Parts: sequence; structure tokens; C-alpha cells
Amino acid sequence: MSFDRIKEKLSILADAAKYDVSCASSGSKRANPNKGLGNTTTMGICHSYTEDGRCVSLLKILLTNYCIYDCAYCVTRKSNDIKRAAFKIQEVVDLTINFYRRNYIEGLFLSSGIFKNADYTMERLISVAKKLRLEENFNGYIHLKSIPGASDELMRKAGLYADRLSVNIEIPTISGLKLLAPDKKHEDFIKPMKKVRNEIIQYKNERKIIKSTPRYAPAGQSTQMIIGATGETDRDIMYSAAYYYKKYNMRRVYYSGYIPVLEDNRLPSLKTEVPILRENRLYQTDWLLRFYGFSVAELLNDSHKNLDLDIDPKLSWALRNLHLFPIDINKANKRMLARIPGIGMQSVSKIIQARTYRNLDWTHLKAIGIAINRAQYFITCNSKDFYKKDLTPFSLKNKILKSSNTKYKKYFNQQLSLFS
Amino acid sequence: MNPQTILLYDGSFDGFLCCIFEVYSKKITAPIIRKEDQTHNQLFTITEQVQTLENNAQRVWKAFKKKTTKTEQNNFFKAFLSEIKGVENTLLNYTQYIFKKANDKQHIDFSNKDILKINQVARMVEREKHRMEAFVRFQLTQDGIYTSSAAPDFNVLPLIIHHFKDRYADQKWLIYDMRRKYGIYYNLKIVDVITFENVFEINNQTIKRKSLDEEIDFQKLWTAYYKNVNIKSRKNSKLHHQHIPKRYWKYLTEKNNI
Repeated sequence: MSFDRIKEKLSILADAAKYDVSCASSGSKRANPNKGLGNTTTMGICHSYTEDGRCVSLLKILLTNYCIYDCAYCVTRKSNDIKRAAFKIQEVVDLTINFYRRNYIEGLFLSSGIFKNADYTMERLISVAKKLRLEENFNGYIHLKSIPGASDELMRKAGLYADRLSVNIEIPTISGLKLLAPDKKHEDFIKPMKKVRNEIIQYKNERKIIKSTPRYAPAGQSTQMIIGATGETDRDIMYSAAYYYKKYNMRRVYYSGYIPVLEDNRLPSLKTEVPILRENRLYQTDWLLRFYGFSVAELLNDSHKNLDLDIDPKLSWALRNLHLFPIDINKANKRMLARIPGIGMQSVSKIIQARTYRNLDWTHLKAIGIAINRAQYFITCNSKDFYKKDLTPFSLKNKILKSSNTKYKKYFNQQLSLFS
Repeated sequence: MNPQTILLYDGSFDGFLCCIFEVYSKKITAPIIRKEDQTHNQLFTITEQVQTLENNAQRVWKAFKKKTTKTEQNNFFKAFLSEIKGVENTLLNYTQYIFKKANDKQHIDFSNKDILKINQVARMVEREKHRMEAFVRFQLTQDGIYTSSAAPDFNVLPLIIHHFKDRYADQKWLIYDMRRKYGIYYNLKIVDVITFENVFEINNQTIKRKSLDEEIDFQKLWTAYYKNVNIKSRKNSKLHHQHIPKRYWKYLTEKNNI
């Protein structure tokens, strides 16, 4: 193959694919039984990191950036004047195999602009995956994009070769979608999602009876939402995230702060800063939902539509529910321990194991590694020394903010917030 | 008062287990366990060289296994591989605690400082192992071996054999630890430990000289890819350095522009 041409294509098509945040290579367990190439581990591996601090785990590229759609938020939209390119199927296969053999990547993340129609595009994506699996004996990770509107039959095929499938919902509200992507229909996104969910359930059930049933998309499916493009609230975002987790058994929902790439009067201006902090708070909320046993209505509701930017969502919840505190570290159950600000799930399990031997005091807690500066106001332990003053949520928040050092400090001005 | 005993061993895991055996068989109180190549000039001590006998090592390990879970055994081994000064004594205290306590595999006492320490160190080693699985970069040489050199903080090569053997089952590969001067080599059947007399045989320049043109092309492609996935408006150098500390850059293809 002509090296320079490949390099140019790779540059264009990697550049176009980078706005997809998902890079997980975890959640699948594929062995390498016949001494072929590669396997996947449940943990996933990040092989490198870009200068923006995101991980590079997969060869993340578009098959082509030619596209028939004209979505306002997308760099590869039809009306955008950029260089276009397309890979041949064999070229993607060669790149993947050769990068993989050198331990650069965990596998392939293949997406595509939509050319001709949804089914034609989906079919090409599937043939890359099929070739890798059947001809190259490749057992590494494959993440395919489900093309909105692709037929059920193709989606069934896709899951047999891919570890993960994903459809990006991109805009969390239907009204926002109408505004920014007028040619796309909400149902087109949902259709492949539904099919994949049903197939996963069906294959899992069959596997219980017949052990040799092939695995179908073992790493499940995921989706992504752009935030800060249509003026939606955090509540809108997290409620739809919770909906997709529940209804479509999503493994992950990703949140991607909108990066202004195009001038368009429907969108924030080009100079708008990427809402990195907001993104961070949304991920924290996501974690609270998935691992800490919070329900979405506890964190966001009609009286609390947006997350606080200056404190994390768990602390914010605790300040709104001060009547539940202080909690006794040596007696509280797991659910309540997980709700204490400054204590993570790792510490929770250490506390539970350690307290079967003795009552824990501050030194123990410190050694275990909880964030005392936040937790101290919410707990009691085997010590007479604990925080007794009854503070209002507001003054407690300021007290904590003063003692903590956040990398986001530059975004806030303590003085101003006193009067807001 | 009895003078303190210093037990010296050859640096191997079995050797260390033999020290524990010695502590019990000779009823030595509060010894210091050290590798034989670590210098020591202490007054009022008795120095004893412990011989590595597989049988003794096996006996200690068997007894230890009886009272611990798989995770605890792994953590014990990982903490040993950390080569942190004095870790042998922490491990000894821990072993004595394990041998004394009742048979209870249910809970781990994280309020015991030795246990907590071992857990923390094991996590550091685990992290380094994971980093090696991520940051090893193979270069295909003319003799058809995917070759890589590295300098991990801890002695993690024994921990990564399994991973690389499973994953790259159909290619010959070699990973060399420049700091500890040994490597692991997979010949399509088994993994062997190898050493080179001269380290120059395995450093980055030599590997590059021995590689094919095709190899250089793929390195260029990878570097091009790496550059293009970066989003400039989200630059975050602190996070970047946190994820790949600079000491690893030397061995990363994408960080050594060609």
C-alpha cells in the first residue's frame, strides 16, 4: 500500500473520529483459544494518553467522512468544507493488525459518516469486523457504531463480531435534535438500540441452555450525549441518561462537552469554552447512580435542576439532607456509608472489613484513606472528638470550600458567591 | 540483651521464604532481612547468610496458603516484587500475624498497619504491572522478533508474562528490563528468562537499526495517528503527565518523533 496516501487518510479520518469520547476497551472477556492474535481483558488497557489527558485505547477512526447528513454539531456534516477521504476495508484491517501486534492498541473503534444509506454503511462496517475475526483470527476488542436506521438483520450480524455497539444519541432532548439535526429522526436512533438490547438478552438466555451459543456484543452497548449545545439542563441530561441505562441496559453513557467547531447561529459561538467542569460533575453524578446507590431524583429534581459546579454532587446532596447526619462509621450500613461525602466505595469496603476487628477511630480512617476534610463534618467514630457545631448548609459549604484545594478554583470567585 | 540478627538472602522469592523458615526454626526475634547485595555496616549485629533451599521455601508457602485467600497471596508476592527497602520485614511481621491468627478467611483487618501497608504497596506494584501491559512498544526486528525494552519502577516482568503470552500467542516477542538487566522471551511455545552480556544489544537505537523499513512506516503511522486524536482546545498537561509520567516517554514510540 502507498504509505503517504495511507498516512494522509489516517490523519483525516482519525481527526474526524476523535470527538467520540468512548474509548473503553473493558467489559468484554474474549480468550485466545487457538493461539491466534489477541484477547480482551475485563479491565481494559489504556495504551497511551493524548495531551488533553484522554486515553488512547483503540484505533478510533471513521471508515469515511463523506456524509449525506447535515447535523449542525458535527464536523463532517455535508455542508462543511473539509478534506474528505475513505478507507478500503483491507486498509483498516492491516492497520488494526499491525498496530495491535506492536502493543499500540487494544483493538478497533470503527465509525463512519453515512454514505448512500444506513444499511450500505453498516454493511461495510460489519465486513471489516468479520474479516478481522474470521480471516485474521483476531480476538482483540472491536467497537462498531450502530448506524441510525440500520436494519435489524444487520444489527444482529454486527453483534456477532463486535464486542461493543453504540449509537450516539448526541442531543439529549427531542426538541434539540429537531433543531440541530433536522434530517435525523429520534426513532432511527432508538431502533438499532432496541434490537441490540433484545439480541443481548436473547443470546444470554440461550447461552444458559446451550453453552456453545456464540457471544453477542459481550461488552454491551453505550451511547454519548453532547452537553452545552442546546441549552439543556443537567436534569434533562441525567434523566435521559438514567432512562437509557434502565430501558436499554446501557453499559455506559458518555457526556461530551460541546467543542465549538463550526459557526452556526443555532449553536454557541466559536469562542465558547468547552464546559469541562460541567462534564466532570455529570460524570460524578453518573457514578453516583451506577455504583453508590443514588437515584437520579435525589440528585436532580424540580427544585434542583442543575448540579452545583463548585462542589461535587454527593456533597451537594448531603448539604441538602443534613438531618441524616452525622453517621456512625462503626454502625452504619453499606448504603449509608456510601453516601458520606469524602468516602468512596473502596474505603467503604475497607471500613466494613476493618470494623469487624475493632471500633475505628480517626487514625484508622485516615490510614484507610478517606477524605477527612470533607467527611469529618458528617461522621462520628470511636472518639469523643467530632464536629458538634450545628452549621447551616451554606456556612458548612463555605467552610469546606475554604479548606479544600480544587483544580477548578480559577472558575469560581468566593467573594461573589456570597451575594448570589 | 541479644544482638540483632541480620539475615541475608539471594534476592529471590524462595530465598526470602527461607529467611522466614530460619526465623521460626532458630527462634530469632526481631531480625532484619536483607538482600545480600545491600551493604550494611551496623555494630552489634550478627550477620547470617541464608541458603535458598526449595524444600524450606515450599513449606513456608504451603503453610501461608492454608490461611490466606488467593488475593492475599498475590498481594504478598507483589509487595515482595516492589523491592522497597524494608519490605521484607513488613512481610515477615505480616506472616507472623497470619500464622498466629485463627483460621478466618472472611475479613481482612485493614486497621492493622502491616496489612494496610502491604495492600498499598501491592497496589503500587499492580499499577506498574498494568502500566507495562500498556506502555510496552514492540518493534519488529529483521530476525522476526517483536522486541521491546523498558525500565519499570518495580520488578514486574514475572507478573506480565501471562498477559503477553496469552495475547501474542502467534508471534515471537521479547521484553527486556533495562534496569534489572534481564528479559522474557517467548518462542511461540514457552516463555524463557534471558540476559544479555552487553546491554547495548537491546537498547532502542540497536533495535531501530535492526528493524525493517515496514517497521519504521508503522511507527510513523502510529505517531501520525497519535497526533491527530489530540483535541487542542481541551489541552490538559497536568492530567497528561499524571497518566504517562515523563520517565516512560523514552520507551514510547509516539513520544519519540521520527
